[in-house]
This record gives sequence, C-alpha cells and structure tokens, in this order.
Amino acid sequence: MQQTLTRTRENGQRDETRTRGLVTLYRKELADHLRSARFVLIFALLGLTSLAGLYGALSGIADAVSESSEFIFLKLYTASANSIPSFASFLAYLAPVAGLALGFDAINRERMQGTMSRLISQPIYRDSVIVAKFLAGLTVIALMIFTLGIGVGALGLVCIGVPPSGEEVARLAVYLLYTVVYTALWMALAMLCSVLCRHTATSALIVIAAWIFLTMFATMIASVIANLVYPIDGIMGFANMLDNYELETTLNRFSPYYLYCEAVSTLLNPNVRTIGIATQASLSGALASYLTFDQSVLLVWPHLTCMLALTMAAFTAAYISFMRQEIRA
Amino acid sequence: MGIIETKGLTKRYGAFTAVDHLTLSIEPGEVFGLLGPNGAGKTTTTLMLLGLTEPSEGSAQIAGVDCTRNPIRVKRFVGYLPDNMGFYPDMTGRENLRMTGRMNGLSGAALEARIDELLKRVGMAQAADKKTGAYSKGMKQRLGIADILMKDPSVLIMDEPTNGIDPEGMRELMTLIRALSERDGKTILISSHQLHQIQQICDRVGIFVAGKIVACGSIEELGRQMEQENGCRLEIRAQPGGAPLCRMLAQMDGVLSVTQEDGDTVVVHTREDMCDAIVARLTDSGMKLRHLRRRGGDLDEIYSRYFEKAGEHHAANSHADKRKRAKG
Repeated sequence: MQQTLTRTRENGQRDETRTRGLVTLYRKELADHLRSARFVLIFALLGLTSLAGLYGALSGIADAVSESSEFIFLKLYTASANSIPSFASFLAYLAPVAGLALGFDAINRERMQGTMSRLISQPIYRDSVIVAKFLAGLTVIALMIFTLGIGVGALGLVCIGVPPSGEEVARLAVYLLYTVVYTALWMALAMLCSVLCRHTATSALIVIAAWIFLTMFATMIASVIANLVYPIDGIMGFANMLDNYELETTLNRFSPYYLYCEAVSTLLNPNVRTIGIATQASLSGALASYLTFDQSVLLVWPHLTCMLALTMAAFTAAYISFMRQEIRA
Repeated sequence: MGIIETKGLTKRYGAFTAVDHLTLSIEPGEVFGLLGPNGAGKTTTTLMLLGLTEPSEGSAQIAGVDCTRNPIRVKRFVGYLPDNMGFYPDMTGRENLRMTGRMNGLSGAALEARIDELLKRVGMAQAADKKTGAYSKGMKQRLGIADILMKDPSVLIMDEPTNGIDPEGMRELMTLIRALSERDGKTILISSHQLHQIQQICDRVGIFVAGKIVACGSIEELGRQMEQENGCRLEIRAQPGGAPLCRMLAQMDGVLSVTQEDGDTVVVHTREDMCDAIVARLTDSGMKLRHLRRRGGDLDEIYSRYFEKAGEHHAANSHADKRKRAKG
C-alpha cells in the first residue's frame, strides 16, 4: 500500500515535471518566434506573394469563369494570369522557406550560445527541448498558413462577391491543413540539420540546397533518368512510352514538392479525375462530371498520409539524434 | 558517507579513457576543487555527476541518488554552472532567471521575490532589466550564479567559473562562492585549471590528470606529502653570498644539494625542514640573511610537480603507442 502510494506520488511528480518543462519552453519558443525579425520577414514575404497571386487570379478569373462557372471561389487560389503564378503555386514554392527559416538553427544556436547546457541542467526531460521547439514552430506555421489562406479568401470575396459553397470551404480547409503538414516537413528536416551540424551557417546552406534541388531540379533529373532507362526515341520508343512515364512519375514522387503539388491540384480542382496515367479503357463509360469532395480526398489519400509520415520520420530522426547526442559545455 | 560519492567512475570514448576509475567522496558543506589541465576529464566528470552523459563503468551518487538512473531528481537539488554558460541574448537578465525559475516549478510572487533576492545577492540588481546580450563576461558569470541558485540547490557544481574574468570580478566571485559555502552551508565542487583563485577558497583539492586523481587533500596536506617525497627546498640570499655561502651550506648535514641561481639566490635542497639550523649557521659565521623562502608547499609547486609526473608518464605512453602502431 505504502509502496503504491509513493509510486503514484512519484508518477504524479514525473508528469508535472514533463508538462512544466514543456510548457515553459513552448511559451518561450513561441514568444521568440513571434517577436523575431525573421518571422516578420517571412510573413511579409508570404503576404506579398499571396497578394500578387490574388491579383493575378482576379485578372484571370473572367476567362476562367467563361470556361465553367462552377467552383469560382477555388479559382481565387488556382487561377493565374499575366505570367503571375497562382496563390497555390506561390505557396508551394515559398512555404518550405518558412519551415526552413523556423527550424534551421533550432538546436545548434542554443548550443553555440551556451544556453543548451543551462537548459539540460534543469530538472526537465531532455526531449521536452526538441518537442517544445517543434510544437512552437508548428503553431507558428499553422497560424501563418491559415491567416494567409483565409485572408486571401476574404479579400477575394470582397472583390468577386461570390460566396464559397460548403464543399469549397471543406476543400480549402483540407488544402490549408495539408500545406501546414508540408511546411512542417521542411521544418523537421531543418531541425534535423540543426541537430547534426555544429554551425548554423552549415545547416542553413544544407537545407537551402535541399530545397532548391527538390523543388527545381528533381523533376529534370527524374526525366533524364527515365529517358536513359526507357528511351522514347528510336525503334523502341513507342513501346517504352508507358514505362518511361511511370518511372518518371515514381521518381518525381520522391520529392515532397511534387507530391504536394499533385495533391493540391486534385484538392483545389474538382475537374482532376485521375493522377498519373489513365488508359482509354479506364475512361470508357465515365461520366463527364466533377469529382465529389470525398472522392478527391480519396484520390490523394496516399499523398496526404505519405506527407504526414515523411514529416513524422524527419522529426523522429531529429529527435533520436538529439537524444543520443552528448551535450558538452 | 559523503554527499557526492563516486565509485570506480569511468568514461571511455572509443580507445580513449577520459575518466579512469575515479573514486571520490565529498563531505557536505565542503568546497572541493578539482584541479587539472585542460583535457584531464574534469568536464566529463561533472557531466556524469549530472547524468548528462552515461559512465562506461562505475557509479556516481549525490545525496544517495544515483546520477545515471535518476538524473531528473539529481537536477532538482544540484545547480550546475557550465563553462561558457550562456543566456538568451534577446531576453533581459530578469527574464532569463524567470524562465529558469518556471522550469523549477516556481511561479507567481514567490518567483519574483526569489529573482529580486538573488539579483541583489550577486550584485546585478541595476543591470537586471538590460538584455543579456550586452552583458560583460563577469556580469554573465554573476547572473549565472543567480541562475543556478534559483532552484535553491544544496550542491553546486561549477565548471571553470573563473575563466576570462578580470581580477576585480574574480575577487567578488571568490567572496560570493565562499559565502555560499559558509553562510548557506552549500556543498561546492569547482573544477578549474586556475590554481591561485581556487587555492584561496577550497577546503580540499584533488589534482586530476589524465582521468585520474593523483593527489587529494587540503593544500597543507599536499605540501607535507610533497615534502616527504621530495625533501624541502629553501631559497636563500645572504650578504656576503656567492661561493663561500654555497660551500658552507654544502658541508651541513642533511643537505642534498646546493645550486646557485641567477643573481645571489642559492637554492638548498634538504631532506627535511632545516630552516632553523641554517639560520643559526649563517649567524654564527657572520653572514647577514637577506632572504629566506621555502619553496614547495604552495599549490603552484605541487601542481607543476604532479603535472610533470603525469606528463612524463603520458608522453611515455603515447610513445609506446606509436611504436606499437608502427609495428602493426
């Protein structure tokens, strides 16, 4: 009886220690992010590009409406004109930057400042340091993305005067949530770098290189490899076409950017009925109609779960390497 | 039973042994100095005491709590001042302390009162609301002491607390540390390579070289031990000095050697303390004594002697290693 009592008390104490450290650090990190010049800069950058995207959409929306007059509200996010990319494609490029900026010096700056050894000599669990950082970053990302998404919608509503339908709101909510996960993936990768690299400059360079490679060059390399493996000109060209396309898509999907773009175009455009290749046979007998919301989500369900899994894997890697690291003064 | 107890504490990094079967016992209320050159394993030892790194062998306990198995409990009553301790530069001194207090479960009025009290105690009350990015090294160190006192620890571990501090700041720091031990009865473990300051405030010191304690005890004990091993050295200047003085000293019983150093200083190496005999002899022969000082017995001598010993040993070892590798 006595023993059980002490154990319960100890467990209670342990829980208290865990939440106390986590809450204190979370509050500090959140305050740090929100007050930092870096956050203001990133937010301004994303805000300005969103406005540019909205402007492009508004000038191009007349053409889009003449094609089909349904899902006009979604077109605010996807339509582009005068060579200004749409809000969705701006965000696909720039949301990772926000994630990188929030994470690239999370751990190694503490180490360089000498605050890490102070933190871990307090009676808190070591993992609360990295968990608090991730949660605070995630909060900031969610705030940022939802503010932008809702802000653009509100401005657009004022301009076009067509309110969104329930389905459009649902699609947008899933889209914004998915963008948060996508951004969190980049932040988790940046945090992994900040655990592994001693200097903040090194980790910043590595994550920026990874971002540029995956968003810009990965598709080129995928097509080069696909063309090498299955040449499409020459005598075998016609026969190789399917294999070539399939290999290229598979390789492309290794890049989170491509994965994200595929899912987003399906979510925001009910016209998209398939991703990847569709044969004549599978299209025969299909009705020319929009995909319902749940069918669109079902179509990109693997993309959604895959992104979540990638984010968790990246954070787990950062977590494990942080926990195994020896922290010297 | 000491408040800090280590038994056969060992830490290996690959083939390198940073701490080699360290067995140490520190009494409650004591100020203990862990002295050794850079890379001797002092920091590794302190890290193991806080459970920040796992020992390869052996165990460490503070107040009966196992440091490796229950680090959180240990950290509740052990304050650790790391070498190069830093603060969040964008926060004020007060905000930094507040955060530490919160992590230790303080809140509300009690927290604020404690912050004020500690800031006053370390003499940082005026600078408390400046950002710590603008603090000098000495100010940071004092704020660091306030920071580790936030949790009201019974044991303090300080890693190189005197590094990079000017003499005035050093004196204040030493007074502060001494007061913590005498007034508050805290047990303090200081690791350092700066002997003079540490000598002033430590009750006992352990000389730590290449992962091993080579000598342990109060300064006087170490001096006496040294004397027994190596005899005693006296520095003498007399009028008239020179060759006659040397000759005369060399003829005395118990004198091992006499060497003349630059100037008129003569160093006499004797088996045991024979100050009185030498003074009497000088007066008898009509020489006027100008200077007499016993060498050894101060920490400098002890330190350099032990380091030399260990250094030779170390050099021999690495030489052997090289040969082995060459053969292989």
